[in-house]
Amino acid sequence: MSTYAQKKGFGATIWDYLTTVDHKKIAILYLIAGGLFFVVGGLEAVFIRIQLAVPNNDFVSAGLFNEIITMHGTTMIFLAAMPLVFAFMNAVMPLQIGARDVAFPFVNALGFWLFFFGGVFLNLSWFFDGAPDAGWTSYASLAMASKGHGVDFYVLGLQISGLGTLIGGINFLVTIINMRAPGMTYMRMPLFTWTTFVTSALILFAFPPLTVGLVLMMFDRMFGSNFFVTTMGGNTVIWEHLFWIFGHPEVYILILPAFGIFSEIFPIFSRKRLFGYSSMVFATVLIGFLGFMVWAHHMFTTGLGPVANAIFAVATMAIGVPTGIKIFNWLLTIWGGSVKFTTPMHWALAFIPSFLAGGVTGVMLAAAAADYQYHDTYFVVAHFHYVIVGGVVFAIFAGTHLYWPKMFGTMLSETLGKITFWLFFIGFHMTFFIQHFLGLWGMPRRVFTYLPGQGFETSNLISSIGAAFMSLAVIVLLYNIIMTSVKNVKVGNDPWGDGRTLEWSLPSPPPFYNFKQLPLVRGLDAYWLEKMDGKKGMTPAEPLGDIHMPNSSILPFVIAFGLFVAAFGALFNMDDKAWSVPVLIIGLLITFGAMFLRSVKDDHGFHIHKEELIDDEDKGVKA
Amino acid sequence: MANSQLNSGNPRVDIEYRRKKSAEEMRHQVVSFALMIFLTLIAFAAVAIKGFSAWFIVPFILLLAVVQVIFQLYYFMHMSHKGHEAPSMFLYSGLLVGLVTVLAFSTIIWW
Ligand code: HEM
Ligand SMILES: [Cu+2]
Repeated sequence: MSTYAQKKGFGATIWDYLTTVDHKKIAILYLIAGGLFFVVGGLEAVFIRIQLAVPNNDFVSAGLFNEIITMHGTTMIFLAAMPLVFAFMNAVMPLQIGARDVAFPFVNALGFWLFFFGGVFLNLSWFFDGAPDAGWTSYASLAMASKGHGVDFYVLGLQISGLGTLIGGINFLVTIINMRAPGMTYMRMPLFTWTTFVTSALILFAFPPLTVGLVLMMFDRMFGSNFFVTTMGGNTVIWEHLFWIFGHPEVYILILPAFGIFSEIFPIFSRKRLFGYSSMVFATVLIGFLGFMVWAHHMFTTGLGPVANAIFAVATMAIGVPTGIKIFNWLLTIWGGSVKFTTPMHWALAFIPSFLAGGVTGVMLAAAAADYQYHDTYFVVAHFHYVIVGGVVFAIFAGTHLYWPKMFGTMLSETLGKITFWLFFIGFHMTFFIQHFLGLWGMPRRVFTYLPGQGFETSNLISSIGAAFMSLAVIVLLYNIIMTSVKNVKVGNDPWGDGRTLEWSLPSPPPFYNFKQLPLVRGLDAYWLEKMDGKKGMTPAEPLGDIHMPNSSILPFVIAFGLFVAAFGALFNMDDKAWSVPVLIIGLLITFGAMFLRSVKDDHGFHIHKEELIDDEDKGVKA
Repeated sequence: MANSQLNSGNPRVDIEYRRKKSAEEMRHQVVSFALMIFLTLIAFAAVAIKGFSAWFIVPFILLLAVVQVIFQLYYFMHMSHKGHEAPSMFLYSGLLVGLVTVLAFSTIIWW
């Protein structure tokens, strides 16, 4: 079973990735797929900014503009940000807790392929009479009136990819609860693992409401039910509630892993223990809980009544408290540290003021009475881009630079990394800062153009120029990635020199079984502790023995592909196409056939024998 | 996790102790089983006996149902045992989230 070390052909590599159940390879799949969708969503953003750069522009038509903004939001949230944070969770979390893989490797692969096929399905809508055009929130009052199949693509695509996310989250929960290495108590878990844990819990509770909402909308649109049809006694506000009961936790699902990544970066590059570790854990859990109690702040203007508005306003403002705790802890971590200004540290330092600005506008929006003025203007657009780009996207860039060596064994260029940073940082503030004012001056969001002489021209132009800077930054990053891969200079275990947690005690990239012997964890920042005691690596917690590993399998791919096929059948069934029902049935047969195969065929995996592990040592593959 | 300390198969655990523990466990189960049947009978009776209004019967039966669920979880699914902290944490947080939703839907949505 030592084939992993041999050089493989191109076809074999593809097959390897299609069938892999290894969390590190699945992480790379998430990174590639998420990165691809990020570029697609970014292109859509560029189109939006070109259209809005000058008044009365006709770069795109009004209808196409609606499709572009809908797909931009949907793609960025569900198909770019989510999978990219999943990439880091998959790559790093099992290593951080000292596990050989996640609890259910097969399910992990299934989760990825469901997300991937859901995303592809959604994007194929461009080629079948139009993408969804009711906004990423797809409010039922708009969505039910939307012509064509756009909204149906949205409903079915998100249903499939949401399923993938849900099982991915459950998998992480089980992994963290059950598979921690000896000595790794909950209060010794690195903060990124903690945020992965809380995020997964949020996924577990937040995705079912979305599923319910999507099912109701699917029935309304495809089978003629009337949940959201007011003329038949339905109620469109129900969709808004279901969507935001999911939607608000969703934004925390995105930001918590970002907090986790920064909580790793600050101690590493300040060379100091994270300040207030236990209060950080507490704040993370508290944010998780409060995240479920505030969804109606998106609906202040729907007419919930003053009592409901007041309750939700206060609950929303309360979230500012644990978030503030975190900000202070990060500042105090840097305070007095011996700071190294690496690329990840640049992103982390820029994150604090940027995200803070987003939090401040958040609290402004949370004042229900004032929100009547802000709601549905560019002020809201500015708010959520400050938190999502200034928080989540910064974290994704930071994480890419920080964990690139661990995932690929090579180091991204620091110089190019800093160029990326400065271009993006300037572009980001240029694009979105001015949008606060556009909003306050009265420019509504989601309009495809505006007239000259309303005072919006200069600001919109500035905003569009900023977008060009961000595009340049992404291009520099892509160039950086290509150059680094071509040069292919391998690095050692701890390329940053100051790694604190278990993943840095392993080779870059780690062997496919991660730990030859599970490590003994003696405290927070386990690897740092050993280094401080003058040791080279971790003390093993078990004797060298056979390691049990799961077999690769193509079935996750097949199961997800079946649903993808079935979704086409379901969608075109509305047009009374004769072929739609057979396609639906064939798709479901593929899915359930593959599931059946998986259930009846015993797959016990294989063992790596002790002798082979010792062999590895001789060949210089360290563990 | 799980109830590993019960049937751990560990020979060092005193067999007498384990027998006593199991007997106690059994007694709890029988008692709660009887109680559950009794509660079910009461639920049927509440509907069968004339004179109660629906406004009493429905909440009453719901209450009995809650009690039954608790019996089920604690006596038959061993949630009272050690090692079930994570499941109960998730159960209760899920319950909290679900109930907040129900509360909101039944109060602030105009039907
Ligand atoms: C202190 C923390 C925060 C507060 C008080 C807050 C408050 C609010 C409020 C009241 C709105 C509704 C505005 C309106 O539509 O009129 C809103 C919108 C939004 N927030 Fe936040 N927020 C906070 C943090 C975040 C974070 C961390 C994220 C994401 C990472 C986020 C993402 C969003 C998004 C995406 C929207 C707009 C949704 C839409 O209508 O399309 N917020 N926020
Ligand atoms: Cu919100």
